[in-house]
Amino acid sequence: MDASSIIDTLTAAVPGASFEAGASVDFATIYVPARQLVETCRTLADHPSLRFNVLIEVTAADYLPREPRFEVVYHLLSIPNRQRLRVKVRVASNEIDGVVPTVQSVWPGAGWPEREVWDMFGIVFAGHGDLRRLLMPEDWDGHPARKDYPVQIRKPAQTYQPLEVSEDEFKANIERDRQKRAH
Amino acid sequence: MAELRTETMTVNMGPQHPSTHGVLRLVLELDGETIKSCMPTIGYLHTGIEKTAEQKKWQQVVPLVERMDYLAAQSNSLAYVLAVEKLLGLEMPQRVKDIRVLIAELQRMASHLVWIGTHAMEIGAVSMLFYAIRERELLLNINELVAGFRFFPSYIRVGGLREDLPRGFHEAVNAFLDRFPGKIDEFEALLTKNDMFNRRTQGVGVIAQEEALAWGLVGPIARGSGSDYDVRKYFPYCGYETYDFKVPTATEGDVFARYRVRVEEMRQSVKISRQAITRIPPSGAWACDDPRVVPPPKDKVYTEMEALIQHFLIYSQGFTVPAGDAYVPIEGPRGEHGCYIVSDGTNRPWRVKMRPPSFMAIQALPKIIENGMIADVIAVIGSTDVVMGDCDR
Repeated sequence: MDASSIIDTLTAAVPGASFEAGASVDFATIYVPARQLVETCRTLADHPSLRFNVLIEVTAADYLPREPRFEVVYHLLSIPNRQRLRVKVRVASNEIDGVVPTVQSVWPGAGWPEREVWDMFGIVFAGHGDLRRLLMPEDWDGHPARKDYPVQIRKPAQTYQPLEVSEDEFKANIERDRQKRAH
Repeated sequence: MAELRTETMTVNMGPQHPSTHGVLRLVLELDGETIKSCMPTIGYLHTGIEKTAEQKKWQQVVPLVERMDYLAAQSNSLAYVLAVEKLLGLEMPQRVKDIRVLIAELQRMASHLVWIGTHAMEIGAVSMLFYAIRERELLLNINELVAGFRFFPSYIRVGGLREDLPRGFHEAVNAFLDRFPGKIDEFEALLTKNDMFNRRTQGVGVIAQEEALAWGLVGPIARGSGSDYDVRKYFPYCGYETYDFKVPTATEGDVFARYRVRVEEMRQSVKISRQAITRIPPSGAWACDDPRVVPPPKDKVYTEMEALIQHFLIYSQGFTVPAGDAYVPIEGPRGEHGCYIVSDGTNRPWRVKMRPPSFMAIQALPKIIENGMIADVIAVIGSTDVVMGDCDR
């Protein structure tokens, strides 16, 4: 199934969305508007002729200075149909804040890959309950995989005072973490 | 009588715990010995390899990506190299494909040997580690023979291989392949029929097939739960469709099922390697003949001006890759090991992203171990076969 027939199926199932086939050398690529992303992914996963049941990965690329600057890339796999699909969402530099909705409701495994994309690129996923630093330290500034982030930077050595929390504060912290966690 | 005060206890496991396979930290909330919740923390091994790769030329990235999943170095480089070759539109000679298949299978066995040794050691069969590492040593010796480097050979290069196979390669591989099936039998005699091992692993850490796929655990974990998805069968690369092998599966979805799948995978790897080594002629092409990527032979470099220029350009500026993006998956020892690359048409990658199977496995870890016993955490981590270098990159 090539990109145009996937787009035909999607256009029939998701009203009001405009899809676009992308150039590719390996398998079908489609551009999806961020607003209809969740609905589209739901269709991709559940439609009897598509059945993309595995989310392989979520990643992003920074095309500075091009505008829209970012592309969030989803690689999907359909085991029943032996097929792959690349879904791309364009994100402009003035709208990185919460434009891309999370697809955790479709594939629960999207949680950490989306967290990593936020950590590395600063693209906020709307509705993601647990958007914390994943690979970088919690107090890190900036998003290192962006093209305008310097490759080699020197940070002054930091010293930390020993952490002093009372037993009650400790318990409250644990409880707060529990509330925050998505799963 | 006063009411008994009860509360859950939070235990920090790792990052320097010997059974967490590197530096994985789990915050466990315990009710007695039952795990109520689990929160993995990763990133301790994050070295920014993907960012570094953007500063290197295409060929220079190969040794970098090998350092991600350090137990299966050549799975990383194979995925990366295939992705670059996909963008370049290169077709490899048959001999190169067969050598790559052989290298990939030897790498799978080496990785599974570390897994079986550490996994068994962590749940009590300490001597298993020595037996497994002894066999892995032979595979590392083959790496050393091929490339002079035991862990990160960087033997698979864009455009083919680094150089031709050395003398004695066929003998060394054949000697290993003759010896190894008997050793797998010994491992199985030690573990599969071991009552203690069975009780520690059966019915522990169960995950259903639909759940495993929804969490992206394609690979040995999903095959232990009944899925038959294997990249080598579904999307063959390097000519895997011409090899005769089976994809082992189990249906129970517990630690023992994943153990059986991986042990059987080692046997199938021996089978594939035997076919590959008989197909590889002792001498022949070891790179494609595309002058963009592969430098001309040395005798021409010394005698012909054009060859000298080409040689100089490849080693000083590198080659350019047409603009575009490509994702190529391979079946690594831990599951689908993919590489997504973006090129802007220059001699350096715009973006390199590996799809880490360990990352997805650790994400799903709470799903597998919650409501289990704390002693089973060790068995479950071992059965997911996570490598933190692969997870954190």
